[in-house]
Order: sequence, then structure tokens, then C-alpha cells
Amino acid sequence: MASIEVNQAVEQARAAADAAALSAEQARHAAEQAATLAGGVPDGLADAAGAAVHMASGGLVDPFIFRLSIFVLAIFVGYYVVWQVTPALHTPLMSVTNAISSVVIVGALLAVGVDVVGHGTALARGFGFFAVLLASVNIFGGFLVTQRMLAMYKKKDR
Amino acid sequence: MALISPDFAAFLYLVSGVLFILALRGLSHPVTSRQGNHFGMAGMAIAIVTTLVAAPASDGMGWVLLVLALAIGGGIGAVIARRIPMTAMPQLVAAFHSLVGLAAVLVAAGAFYAPIAFGIGEPGLIERGSLVEMSIGVAIGALTFTGSIIAFLKLDGRMSGKPVMLPGRHLVNAALGLLLIVLIVTFVMTESALCFWAIVLVSLALGVLLIVPIGGADMPVVVSMLNSYSGWAAAGIGFTLGNTALIITGALVGSSGAILSYIMCKGMNRSFISVILGGFGGDTAGAGPAGAEDRSVKQGSADDAAFLLKNASKVIIVPGYGMAVAQAQHAVREMADKLKAEGAEVKYAIHPVAGRMPGHMNVLLAEANVPYDEVFELDEINAEFAQADIAFVIGANDVTNPAAKEDPTSPIYGMPVLEVWKAGTVMFVKRSLSSGYAGIDNTLFYRDNTMMLFGDAKKMVEQIVKAFD
Repeated sequence: MASIEVNQAVEQARAAADAAALSAEQARHAAEQAATLAGGVPDGLADAAGAAVHMASGGLVDPFIFRLSIFVLAIFVGYYVVWQVTPALHTPLMSVTNAISSVVIVGALLAVGVDVVGHGTALARGFGFFAVLLASVNIFGGFLVTQRMLAMYKKKDR
Repeated sequence: MALISPDFAAFLYLVSGVLFILALRGLSHPVTSRQGNHFGMAGMAIAIVTTLVAAPASDGMGWVLLVLALAIGGGIGAVIARRIPMTAMPQLVAAFHSLVGLAAVLVAAGAFYAPIAFGIGEPGLIERGSLVEMSIGVAIGALTFTGSIIAFLKLDGRMSGKPVMLPGRHLVNAALGLLLIVLIVTFVMTESALCFWAIVLVSLALGVLLIVPIGGADMPVVVSMLNSYSGWAAAGIGFTLGNTALIITGALVGSSGAILSYIMCKGMNRSFISVILGGFGGDTAGAGPAGAEDRSVKQGSADDAAFLLKNASKVIIVPGYGMAVAQAQHAVREMADKLKAEGAEVKYAIHPVAGRMPGHMNVLLAEANVPYDEVFELDEINAEFAQADIAFVIGANDVTNPAAKEDPTSPIYGMPVLEVWKAGTVMFVKRSLSSGYAGIDNTLFYRDNTMMLFGDAKKMVEQIVKAFD
């Protein structure tokens, strides 16, 4: 008798585990869908995507999903922050966004620093060199020209 | 080799991403903006140093190249930033966008040829997801590169601002877009170098073809759009590298550019699609439209203008692209100073699409030491024209055209305009009666309360200033 009960209990536990796994999988799905949709959809979805990712993270989540969550949330942050920018500063906004998008230099630094052993690595180093060069023109040029512009915005003397 | 753990490096990238957000946040007000720019610089420094510490160059040669590239690039950038005249900001920003685009392509190429350094697999066995991200990043980067070059050439006047209409261009573009998708799919399946470079080539061509048919008047939208693209390209690379700083930055820049494009489109009452399809407006055509001759125009001299201005108690100055071309901003400020000395109230009214990029006029006025609290946006000041004695329009045209309010058949009908005609007198500083960028006749020129001041904007204003004494 007892063994039957144990068996039943095991069976139930297994079913519960399956259900949990299924819901985790569903949550993951929902997260993926929500995240892909969120591009053009208002508020709540971003939260939902975040929550779903959190729920699903009990299981193994592809790092891509985490990157996507960061990306989507950053789009929302960008959206609200940029609408707050005063129209008078739209030109400095463009030059500063241009400067910060040169953070691609991070990838260029990796390419230059590559171990030159295997096939194509010397080529990678060459690409990296020019990428660092171009990105640093942008970084220095972008931040400095923004600084120069912002220094000109003054209030009335009185 | 690495001096810090990957986890700590990832944390530092997050910090730099947050600093970039604060940099944009600072721009909500001129007072906080300078601090914001410093946050941006700090974020960039953290990102660069973190990379160098977490993944130092493998050999001495690597370090030499790094320092060399940073020094050459940084030096060029610093010199450009110091020398560039403020009137040239639109073309400078376009040129800078092209550099981001090309850098993104080169980084993707680096990742393709040395995937181990980027932790995305072995040569020939790169993870599929990374290939997708890489190919999208490289396509947007290449498109941004050539697109921005065309925008630069148009803004710099090295290429006509007229839209270049190639026969069957929509078909060609659609075919190229389709080809691009096929190439990306093939590249992801086969990881062939040939495919990689084919994607680059097709995207380069697409960049040229997409921007060439767009006219000079639509350049504010194009520049903002390319700003947005350069962000998405950075985000694509960020996904490949799994780098938070890059992903956050890409998203910020991407949405920033998109919002600016939206604001510019709204300022022109045009849909984004119609701008992208191109063909609207050209360079200022030589002569005015037919029929312009039989309507009478009241023409005034600098002395007439000075006399009226002297007796005015409220003057609103409306600057446009023409002021930038003539470099007249300093002369305008001088005139405003004289008017203020006479006891008049002087304000500036700026249309969202005045100039060739968002906020172009504000920067020029700031350069001429006009305090930013005398400068107003369209919504803030439109109601005040009715109380103004004089609206002084210098180098603007389409943004003051009453046809946008009154003539449903006009191509610019519905566009928000500065209602200068409600002022007691409208003074128009202009070279001729020619139409503006939109190619539309401005009925304002023929109104009774309009006085045309023909001549170069800078010279005319200087003459008015002289006539005050």
C-alpha cells in the first residue's frame, strides 16, 4: 500500500515538475515574443518582458535574450531621455550621440590586440587599426565640438 | 593575461552605459549640459580602459598600433573640433556619422577574421547567432557610411542639393534590398568570406542610392536618420561582442536619431516614408515662378528699415538657413543690441526645421552670444506675432509661408509655420524673390505689410546697424 502511495507521490511530483518546466518554457517564449514586439509598443510590455525573463532565468536562458532585454529597455530609456532634451540643444545632441556611438572602438581595440597566429588574424589587426583610428577621430572630435558648442549657450547677463 | 575578471569588466561596461544615459539626460537644459558632456567623456574613458585592461593586446606590436591609431585619430578629431566653423556643423555631423558606419564595418570584419579574440567561436565555426548579428551590423554600418558621405557632399555644397532621380530607382532599391536579405541568409548558413564582402558592397551601393534622390530641404531628416542608423549599427556590433556598453549606446543613439527624424518630419508636415522616397524640393531655383512679375512688391532700403525698427517696441527675429549661409548671426546680434538700447523688446523665433539640421539656428545664435532665454520655439512664440511691431525674417522662407495655413492646394499645406504676417510689419531680408527649398512661391512677399529688403543678409543687416547712428 505504502509503496503505491509513494509511487503516486512520485508521479505527482513528476507531473508538477513537468508543468513547471513547461511554464518556464512558456515564459521564455513570452519573453522572446514580448522583447521582439516591444520595439514599437508602449510601456507595460517592457516590464512584462523583464518580468518574464526573470521568471525564466531559473532555467537556462540564452545570453542573447539578456542582451535583447538590455537593448529593449535601453531603447525605452533613450526614448524618454531624448524627449526631455530641449530643442535648442538638438545639434549638440546629435554631435554627442555621434561621439558616444563611437564606443564601437571597444570592438576595434579587441581586433588590434588579437594574437597574430592563425589564418586571417593579421588582416583582423589591420581592420582593427583603421577602426580605432576612425573611431577616435569621432570620439575626440565629437566630444570636443560638443563642448565647444555647449560653452556658447549663455543666459542673459542681467 | 587579463587583469580583471570578465564579470567585473561587464560591470564597468554597464557603468559606462549609465554614464552615456546621463550624458543625454544633461542635455535637457543648457545649464546641466556641460556636466552631461563630461559624463559622456568619462563613460567613453571607462569603456576604453576596461577593454585594454580586460583584454590587453597580445604583443608589443599590438600596443604600438593601438597607441598610434588613438594618437592619430584623436589628434585629427581634436583639430577638426577646434577649427570647424559653427555654420558647417551639419556637414561635420554627417561626416562623423560616416566614420561610425565605416568603423562598424571594420570591427565586424575584424570579428569575422579573428572570431577567437571576440569569443564568438573558431574561424569557420562562428556561432550562428553571432553571424546574424554581425551581418546586420555590417549592412547597417556600410549603408550609414555611403549614405552619410552623400549627405555630407550635399550639405557641403560639393554636390547639388537637387534630388537625383534615377529611372526605376524604387525597383532597383527593392531588388538590392532583397539581394541583401538573400546574401545575409547565405552568409549565416555558409560563413563564406565572399558573402561577407558581397553584403558590404550591396549595402554601400544601397546607401548611395537611398540618399541621392533626397533633396536639400529634407536634409535635417536625413542627418537625423543616419544618426539613428549609426546607433543601430553600433548595437549590432554590441550584440556580436556581448558588450553592454555598446548595446545601451546603440539603443540610445538609435532612438535619439529616430525621435529627431520624427520631430523634423512633423516640422515639415511630411511623412517619413515620403522623405525616404525622395524627390522633394531642389536648390533655390534662379527665377521666381511665372506670374510673379505682375504682383507688386514693396521694396525698402536699409534706411527705411532702420527708421521703422527704431520706432518699434517689440521685434521678433526669424532666422533661417540663409542667415547661416551669409554668416550673418553676429551682425543680427549687433542689430538686436542696438534695438534693445533703444528700449525695444527683442525675441528670436526658431522653426523646428530652420537650417539644415535640428537645432542649427540655436547653435549659430549661441555662437553670436545671443542669450538662450531670448530664443523661442515655434509653439512658445507663435501667439506673440500679433503683438509684435516688426517680424524681421532673415534667410527663412518656407517656414513663414501663409499658404501652409490658407491654401489647401499648396504642397506645404498643413505644415506648422511661424505666423509672421500677424506682426505690424514684416521685413524680409532676401537675395531675390525666388522661392525657397520647397520650390513654392511665398505669397507673403506681396502683402501690404511686407517690406522686402533685397541683398546679402549680412551686408543688409550691417547697413541697417549703420543707419541707426
